[in-house]
Amino acid sequence: MKKGRYGIHGGQYIPETLMNAVNELEEAYNYYKNDKQFNEELTQLLNEYAGRPSRLYYAGRMTEDLGGAKIYLKREDLNHTGAHKINNVLGQVLLAKKMGKTRVIAETGAGQHGVATATAAALMGMECEVFMGEEDTKRQALNVYRMRLLGARVHAVTTGTATLKDAVSETMREWTRRIEDTHYVLGSCMGPHPFPEIVRDFQAVISKEIKEQLMEKEGKLPDAVLACVGGGSNAIGAFYHFIEDESVRLIGCEAAGRGVNTAETAATIATGKLGIFHGMKSYFCQDEFGQIAPVYSISAGLDYPGIGPEHAALYDRGRAEYVAVTDDEAVDAFEYLARTEGIIPAIESAHAVAYARKLAPQMGKDQIMVINISGRGDKDCAAIARYRGEDIYE
Amino acid sequence: MSRIQEAFQGKKAFIPFITCGDPDLETTEQLVYAMEKEGAAIIELGIPFSDPTAEGPVIQAANLRALSGGVTTDKVFETVEKIRKNSRIPLVFMTYANVVFSYGTERFVKRMKETGMDGLILPDVPFEEKEEFDSVCREYGIELISLIAPTSHERIRMIAEKASGFVYCVSSLGVTGTRSEITTDIGEMVRLVKEAKDIPCAVGFGISTPEQAAEMCRHADGVIVGSAIVKLCGAHERDCVPYVAEYVRSMAEAAK
Repeated sequence: MKKGRYGIHGGQYIPETLMNAVNELEEAYNYYKNDKQFNEELTQLLNEYAGRPSRLYYAGRMTEDLGGAKIYLKREDLNHTGAHKINNVLGQVLLAKKMGKTRVIAETGAGQHGVATATAAALMGMECEVFMGEEDTKRQALNVYRMRLLGARVHAVTTGTATLKDAVSETMREWTRRIEDTHYVLGSCMGPHPFPEIVRDFQAVISKEIKEQLMEKEGKLPDAVLACVGGGSNAIGAFYHFIEDESVRLIGCEAAGRGVNTAETAATIATGKLGIFHGMKSYFCQDEFGQIAPVYSISAGLDYPGIGPEHAALYDRGRAEYVAVTDDEAVDAFEYLARTEGIIPAIESAHAVAYARKLAPQMGKDQIMVINISGRGDKDCAAIARYRGEDIYE
Repeated sequence: MSRIQEAFQGKKAFIPFITCGDPDLETTEQLVYAMEKEGAAIIELGIPFSDPTAEGPVIQAANLRALSGGVTTDKVFETVEKIRKNSRIPLVFMTYANVVFSYGTERFVKRMKETGMDGLILPDVPFEEKEEFDSVCREYGIELISLIAPTSHERIRMIAEKASGFVYCVSSLGVTGTRSEITTDIGEMVRLVKEAKDIPCAVGFGISTPEQAAEMCRHADGVIVGSAIVKLCGAHERDCVPYVAEYVRSMAEAAK
């Protein structure tokens, strides 16, 4: 009876009240993913509305500066709404509409997924409510305004640590309260089956494009693909079509916060252990009695105590590597990419850039590295300025 | 017949819930004795969890109060050992999968047996995932309680056939917490369960008044009440025992 397993991970650990809803979603998804019309509509939206395919940009100055691998940046930051989140959201909201739902709900951390969901809801005429930790509504006040501007209602979640994990919990609670007309647009490749699969499939367009674009530019596969990992949706999207290509190193960059030896970290693979939470079995930051840890990262989007089950399984079988990047390293990389290439990455994506700066010099000049720039950094400028001691507010 | 099933023999069961360690574990112990004396048939003991996704604000707050007071799974087991020196009332843990899993499912269930617990409710473990826990529970003679919800429909038969102890009928959509009105057809839910298996049915979620308890017991074999009691614990803290006792007396009387 068990569904949605990735090795020992995954599953459907949710209240009985939601079981028929996830079963209905699975059934609808299995039908529409092979439906020609659905796929045509989605491709149309991705291309004409979100601006796909996103560019694969050769970062010449960065390559020269680091003196090793040839570096390409996958520019998910150039998508409409400024991040990869729109790929998944357009798919899920279109699916919800086909299922006859009239209302979507979503959790958000930094606000990117909330903004993307509010955007798709506005486009497709759906009612939208977004749950965001109260702490994050303060850190990302401008995104709260954006969501409202787009017609969504934003609820500040005050329970627990008032961050992303609490927003997920509260959105799950809301879904159990009102299921009939409502779809939960989960923002990462996590939660109960079929969400990890749905989100991965909608994000897999990233690796599909990288493969095609690089084949055209270089005539070969990359040697390494780097992406930041919170729940892991941009990473699984960037990895997916390379999983079978064993020569391609897949590297997920977790948020170490103030360091993996401190309590102020969100590096799940480095510091977590196997557990069951938010509908899935996977690795979670937790104490010896299974209480979920109050994690920390400068990046609100990576500030989550778990990781998607497919990543956990890729880690177990040694197919993907996961490394931890501190706040300091990420902020340095944020500034580095701005000055070197004139591209301001999201602080989340800057975690991947930070590790690239360490890895690229160790690689040969004939090797190719792709970094997924999952989002743009405009949203982070005020916070990074404050991190550097400047008194700037949005 | 198990101690849990005996609790439903010849009477309707009133089943109160408290969060262990709210306000402290000494009070938890005293609450158990008081509730047993006032007519509780079974008692649900909540082991606090940091992120209780099936709970409304009242029980969420109790979980956090208990955890910040330093309650751990081991301390809860020690309290159960103390209780078992003075009471034989059926005791059921209600907690989340990760509390059991992280302790080691076998180690947890074995310890339940050793301390004299009777049953286990895990609201985030549906039918599809239950075998992982139920296989261990069966080995140690612990009853893993199944839940059915207003959305379960055609799933009720499958769940009921494999249920043990009693079936927890979730009265309403949403999370735990008091409600002024319950609109689900409880009679129909219970009928569908009994069609599949002769097993007691207790209704929970949203029940707080003696009138609701009496109404639910017209259809079901018992009622479960959590938030209304936890509210009293939150309001009166260490002095809550007489308030809870009085409330349990009125509810047990109404449920009869």
